[in-house]
Amino acid sequence: MTLPEGVERRSFGGDEWLATRGDPVYGEPTDGHWRRWDPRRSKLGAMFEDGMETGLSGGETVLYLGAAAGTTVSHVADFAGPTYAVEFAARPTRDLLDAADPRENLFPLLKDARNPETYAHVVEPVNTLIQDVATRGQAKVALANRQFLRDDGRLLLAVKARSEDVTSDPSDVFDSVLETLTDGYEPLETRSLAPFHEDHLGVVARPR
Amino acid sequence: MTDSDAAGESWFAGIDPGDREAAMTAIREGTADSPRKWPEIAVSSGFVDDESDYYTELHEATVRATREAVQERERADDQQLKHSIRAMNDCERVANELAERVAEWAGSRREDAGTGVGYARRLAEEGDDGDDAALVSLAERIRDLDDEAAALRAHVERTAPEVAPNLSALAGPVLAARLIALAGGLKHLARKPAGTIQVLGAEDALFAHLRGQAPSPKHGVIFVHEAIQGTAPEQRGSAARALSGKLAIAARVDHYTGDRKPELDAELEARIERIQEREVE
Repeated sequence: MTLPEGVERRSFGGDEWLATRGDPVYGEPTDGHWRRWDPRRSKLGAMFEDGMETGLSGGETVLYLGAAAGTTVSHVADFAGPTYAVEFAARPTRDLLDAADPRENLFPLLKDARNPETYAHVVEPVNTLIQDVATRGQAKVALANRQFLRDDGRLLLAVKARSEDVTSDPSDVFDSVLETLTDGYEPLETRSLAPFHEDHLGVVARPR
Repeated sequence: MTDSDAAGESWFAGIDPGDREAAMTAIREGTADSPRKWPEIAVSSGFVDDESDYYTELHEATVRATREAVQERERADDQQLKHSIRAMNDCERVANELAERVAEWAGSRREDAGTGVGYARRLAEEGDDGDDAALVSLAERIRDLDDEAAALRAHVERTAPEVAPNLSALAGPVLAARLIALAGGLKHLARKPAGTIQVLGAEDALFAHLRGQAPSPKHGVIFVHEAIQGTAPEQRGSAARALSGKLAIAARVDHYTGDRKPELDAELEARIERIQEREVE
């Protein structure tokens, strides 16, 4: 697997970590312009650490659903092109705005990812759809937002088992999410994001 | 569809370049059936000279629109909730106090005198038949206060889930608001240990206990929660401990992330069910 241009492994305090170049956002360690990207705080970071083929090479157009306080999406905007960040909760969005301020290519939107028509007038078709939403019906959210993905694009999905069903076995939850997902996507690779994130599955898929 | 038709659905439709107020409103309130290549359309329709200009305008408009939307949502914040629940408590308390006064006064003048806010309301509806103008007027004040308390309760029930979605789901909106008000705000509640939340509102009993004059209180305002009410008295201490633990987690999730976590509801339900089963044994 190759890392996208703009993402490098660099040494912080003697250990090798993923890093991107940009303004610091959440008090992460920095080395010059490089900022450490901690896979324990970022599902996409964990997907890179696990060697998944994300298809990201740098400079692409991205729609990020579930941007929260902007931890991960700030790293994405450091190496990607135009990056649309959708988040539904007001409180974390305040921090997302701080991350967006110095990043001209990061466009924050306080919108509900379950209602894509409320941001389709702003978001253009993208190369990569990244989804990390902690809500029931994660596969449905991915299907509803498939319209934003170009035919040769990639969906990078982090499925949180406990958001779907607390009582079921996580592997059953993952199976059911993947089955629903095949209505609009063809999964290319799946991998557990443990030990960085317990009960999370990383999925790379392409639209069908 | 031509580009100028397509532009009709875009956030920049009919907006003069540089009119940032209008752009902000369009970002917040607009909709489209499907996404299109907006940067290209913006150039061909003459909104901007090139795509680089487009992204500059878009960044400015989205940051401003989102900042305004966040501020608007947060104006319904925890401090506002604190004021409304305290106002509701004041209205209920004063209505009850005045109702006692009306009951005592009416008892000296009428044979059918009753008690409580309900009687005061009846008196107010019946109106004055001659001699009791002052008494009936006081009863009318009680009815108005009671109406005001009901309106404030409806307001709390509407706003508490916006301020603290998980806490409101677990505790019910009114109890959630009471806990936030007693702690002094959602931030303060989120920083309190579960054991403190368990006895919030039972400070008198707690300090009597600390002076060595009383047993430790099992619960404060959480007493009204069905997890306590539906549990046998000898198991209520366990139920209160389990409930306050989950409420503490809910308050922290609400304060630090704002995400709704439905698994908390299920976890609380399972814990309380197990405690309530003990009495059967």
